[in-house]
Amino acid sequence: MSLRIIVLAKQVPDTRNVGKDAMTAEGTVNRAALPAIFNPDDLNALEQALRIKEQNPGSTVGVLTMGPPRAGEIIRQGLYRGADTGWLLTDRLFAGADTLATSYALATAIRKIGHVDIVLGGRQAIDGDTAQVGPQVAQKLGLNQVTYAEEILDIQNGVATIRRHIDGGAETVRVPLPVLVTVNGSAAPCRPQNAKLVMKYKYATCPMERPADDPRADLYASRPYLTLNQWSVADVDGDPQQCGLAGSPTKVKSVMNISFQAKESKTLTSSDADIEGVIKELLDEKIIG
Amino acid sequence: MDNVFVYCEIEGTLVAEVSQELLTKGRKLADELGVELHAVAAGTGIRGQVESQILPYGVDKLFVFDGKGLFPYTSAPHTDILVNLFREEKPQICLMGATVIGRDLGPRVSSSLTSGLTADCTQLEIGPYDDVKTGKHYDNLLYQIRPAFGGNIVATIVNPDHRPQMATVRSGVMQKALYGGKAREEVVYPDVNAYVSAESYVVEVLDHHVEAAKHNLKGAAIVVAGGYGMGSREGFDMLFDLAKVLHAEVGASRAAVDAGFCDADRQIGQTGITVHPKVYLACGISGQIQHIAGMQDSGIIISVNSDPDAPINKIADYVIVGTVEEVVPKLIKYYKQNTK
Repeated sequence: MSLRIIVLAKQVPDTRNVGKDAMTAEGTVNRAALPAIFNPDDLNALEQALRIKEQNPGSTVGVLTMGPPRAGEIIRQGLYRGADTGWLLTDRLFAGADTLATSYALATAIRKIGHVDIVLGGRQAIDGDTAQVGPQVAQKLGLNQVTYAEEILDIQNGVATIRRHIDGGAETVRVPLPVLVTVNGSAAPCRPQNAKLVMKYKYATCPMERPADDPRADLYASRPYLTLNQWSVADVDGDPQQCGLAGSPTKVKSVMNISFQAKESKTLTSSDADIEGVIKELLDEKIIG
Repeated sequence: MDNVFVYCEIEGTLVAEVSQELLTKGRKLADELGVELHAVAAGTGIRGQVESQILPYGVDKLFVFDGKGLFPYTSAPHTDILVNLFREEKPQICLMGATVIGRDLGPRVSSSLTSGLTADCTQLEIGPYDDVKTGKHYDNLLYQIRPAFGGNIVATIVNPDHRPQMATVRSGVMQKALYGGKAREEVVYPDVNAYVSAESYVVEVLDHHVEAAKHNLKGAAIVVAGGYGMGSREGFDMLFDLAKVLHAEVGASRAAVDAGFCDADRQIGQTGITVHPKVYLACGISGQIQHIAGMQDSGIIISVNSDPDAPINKIADYVIVGTVEEVVPKLIKYYKQNTK
């Protein structure tokens, strides 16, 4: 059975490798100092999508992402690993979106794409760690949902069997398609880029990524697959009031840099006298016993 | 309407501890707002089993949905219950655990009701808000305070215009306490079929397996935690000896877990467990901001580190400058000598 699969992927700042210059003196995030990467859990989702494609001949995998023009890189990364196509949602009207407005934009784009059997995404993105967008997209499209998936075991006759992580254990569930599945970071890692696909797609770009007088204009004219889909709010028939900041019920009241209250501490050496001293002190004050 | 709701998560007939922690917090918020605290529980065969685990935390009204197909949890039936109940009750606040269930259910409900949801809050407070763009003033909003950007900043989020204001909180972040005051303690058992449509029982759970936790890190009075400075899995194991002597539980930093020194279920920090022990003994832990977020409320903090400038030393009450290989055996030795 051929299946139409969409992978939701996000370009994120690499918050796991935050260096000293990641925060400005004013306590705001210095995005320029953080490299932009393919959200890790989304790579696990892409791998599950590619496996389903291999097991179900005729299936297609498309990568859907939202972000500034440079997020076209996420689609290329998907193509390098075996995705068939991709869509970049980019528009200033999408900016400042919380999870609800993000899910509105993604759901609207998926409706525009048309019939879909499986939507896959990472469990959460490392810049927000909310895990909210997947279930919200599922709700908006009326799709069944399975979160925290570790492996899609099989798909037969329009029913998927999925093993998922739960608190303190594991579960196996059966769910009819269409379904939205969020994939946990503990699922199989994504395959590496394929050299031939890198050669094929390395110049694939969205129109907004290209310079004004592009030296590769002829190449793009002769090879349409090198022009990636780029959609604005209008292109997906979106309601601007439900997008970006305007469509976000949550507002950021304030942001603070974390500073921990420094304490006056007693500094000791590793000498026997010092160690015995601290143990006696804690015992005398009944802090330990 | 306008009450504070807590969704109570249930495994079999056991109410999750995080839900009780949220009931305690919800009670405080309700008192501050002058409204009632309501709780919702949904499961199979829970009538007569869960009431005594929920009411003592100061619940004015408890809605128990007991029916086939509500356990093990699946998304759609529980979403139907909350969405339809909230359409009737119009709560101003809804809290749930930032657990696998809460993080599956919360966003689905928030999307259905077009209300804002903030994940993994570490503090919840009530306060005013002025919208600079519209010039509108709001009183008594829920401040949803959470770390962002990998724990490097703390953001305060509000939902000015949408109800309920929804938030999830991780287990162990709030502390549970039986309510000393007088709550109404009404219990109702609504007809599940009036809330859940038959088509919602669409996901079939073939196999559901949960193991009891191997440790009680969250409730431990003394925590001995190790970091990358423990050097190896074998080196880390000496903390279990120290913990045994001190009647403590063993925790770890993410660096130690990532290096394979310790199992992930003992990770302390923003993406792990939050602890509030009387004594926190940090061994070979440098003190990344993400780690400190999970242990900063400890009573006495003792840091053992060969680096006198380790960031964790700034928040420590005692800093022992030395290698863990040297200090840990001495701690064991002198504790034993002085407690005979």
